[in-house]
Amino acid sequence: MRSDGSQSAPLGLKIAAACGLLFLHLPILLIFVYAFTTEEKSFVWPPPGLTTQWFAVTWNRPDVWQALSLSVRVASISTAIALVLGTLCSAAVSRTKFFGRETISLLVILPIALPGIITGIALRSAFSLADIPFSFWTIVLGHATFCVVVVYNNAVARFRRTSGSMIEASMDLGADGFQTFRHVVLPNIATALLAGGMLAFALSFDEVIVTTFTAGQQQTLPIWMLEELIRPRQRPVTNVVAMVVMLVTLLPILAAYYLTRDGDQIAGSGK
Amino acid sequence: MTSAVSFQKASRHFGSVRAVDAVDLDIVPGEFFAMLGPSGSGKTTCLRLIAGFEQPTSGSISIFGERAEGVPPYRRNVNTVFQDYALFPHLNVLDNVAYGLMVKGVGKAQRHKAAEEALSLVRLPGYGARRPGQLSGGQRQRVALARALVNQPKVLLLDEPLGALDLKLRENMQEELKSLQKALGITFVFVTHDQGEALSMADRVAVFNDGKIMQVGTPEDIYQQPKTRFVADFVGSSNVLPPDFVQRYSGQHRWGSLRPESIRVGRAASAGTSGEGVSARLVSTNYLGATTKLALDADGLRLHAIVPAGTALPGAGEAVVLTFNREHLHLMDEPA
Repeated sequence: MRSDGSQSAPLGLKIAAACGLLFLHLPILLIFVYAFTTEEKSFVWPPPGLTTQWFAVTWNRPDVWQALSLSVRVASISTAIALVLGTLCSAAVSRTKFFGRETISLLVILPIALPGIITGIALRSAFSLADIPFSFWTIVLGHATFCVVVVYNNAVARFRRTSGSMIEASMDLGADGFQTFRHVVLPNIATALLAGGMLAFALSFDEVIVTTFTAGQQQTLPIWMLEELIRPRQRPVTNVVAMVVMLVTLLPILAAYYLTRDGDQIAGSGK
Repeated sequence: MTSAVSFQKASRHFGSVRAVDAVDLDIVPGEFFAMLGPSGSGKTTCLRLIAGFEQPTSGSISIFGERAEGVPPYRRNVNTVFQDYALFPHLNVLDNVAYGLMVKGVGKAQRHKAAEEALSLVRLPGYGARRPGQLSGGQRQRVALARALVNQPKVLLLDEPLGALDLKLRENMQEELKSLQKALGITFVFVTHDQGEALSMADRVAVFNDGKIMQVGTPEDIYQQPKTRFVADFVGSSNVLPPDFVQRYSGQHRWGSLRPESIRVGRAASAGTSGEGVSARLVSTNYLGATTKLALDADGLRLHAIVPAGTALPGAGEAVVLTFNREHLHLMDEPA
């Protein structure tokens, strides 16, 4: 029986799988190693020596802190906007029937299907047409377009699984709209919102393409890293920052994965 | 006396669909009232009109003398037991039951005590710490009942609450609901499509069809004296007899109904001597345990008879003679 679960896979397949995984993850380990190298101008293998001095150098570079702080602020505000709009929109789409419901559902999801470069160009030309100068808020706006989708998809999946009569039951038992939201709706969608919010944060935090079109002269962390690669100066600093970015991004994604793996898929995680 | 619930020409239309159409209805305080009808007949919409989830398109509804239009569900002294129970999965049983008191601002100790009492009332004492997901269907149903009753509603609405239970459990719950209603004295409005359930539990039954009430009356009225062909057929699958047939036996040219259990089935040879009765052919027999249901064909007219199990029966396809007492033949109001 080939599909027998207890039988182990053939050796060739195991090796192929291991190679695939190594191919995906070895380069990441290389980044970690280069964060400790003594060579500053270019990446040489093997590293001529190992040092932890780049951590101190990174710590003392104000441009790193500026970029990091901008990224964190943008990601937080975009996520907050996405949580509010995404939840409202998913509630409207899954709870009621109205004219154009399917269209709205499609239009909300579209930004994640569109290539980032199209979203970016569209936003940039819209901003210049409306004479809006680039600012913190133009970056937030760009990021919110795809952050909303992530929250929306997670919340919609949860709303579909919760019984509609629960809200009626709550009203029937004397709870008004706000009490029903606070005591019934929110507890039931909380984990979906948490997962969607963390994913949105992670997506915003390492977004490059849309940001290049909407940031003007400001540098978010990923943009700053790209610039560093083009103009080499204390190269391992980039690697140190890369490590941090990876950890900051990875932890929420892992948490989101564990929070929602019973049932919901993390919709839109492919961006 | 003020009615518990009163409908005056109340209608609820959804676009061109008349879910409830100019219904007049008075439910007496303290009675067990059943709304019976096939799916889509408007009985559930009527219940939702009382609960406040729907507003009448025209006409008016009052609950204990108070106008109900425009009053949201959370300001009505009416509680509902939902078809799917609609328990809150994130709360344990005790907090589910105490929910209504919690949103009214009753203190924790007091509302938990009231919830415990309500759980005892539905014979689930000590189940408070469990989650709804850990309960069986019958237990969830009792929790839903306790959650509604703890608010001491003036009217309790039950939307096909026994539909998801198996037969044995359903029979137990029927008796229990009835005795609970008698003990509490609360007006129960019970929606069902099961005529047996409506007849066995209710003090009065309203039979719905196409958004209208066909007949309101005691179970005996409805069963023995259906006013229309629909009621005769829907409640207890009476034999509906066409006017020409009825005229031969009653002299009146009107639609009639005859209960399947009122028909006696005899062999053609033995009954032939009396010269009375309807000659028919036995099409099939259907064993139902305590009784046997016979499908008969009387010259093109399809009839059903129910005879006690153990009666000696002719074989399928044989000629039989049907007899019945004239007084069992009920003449309906519906014009011929």
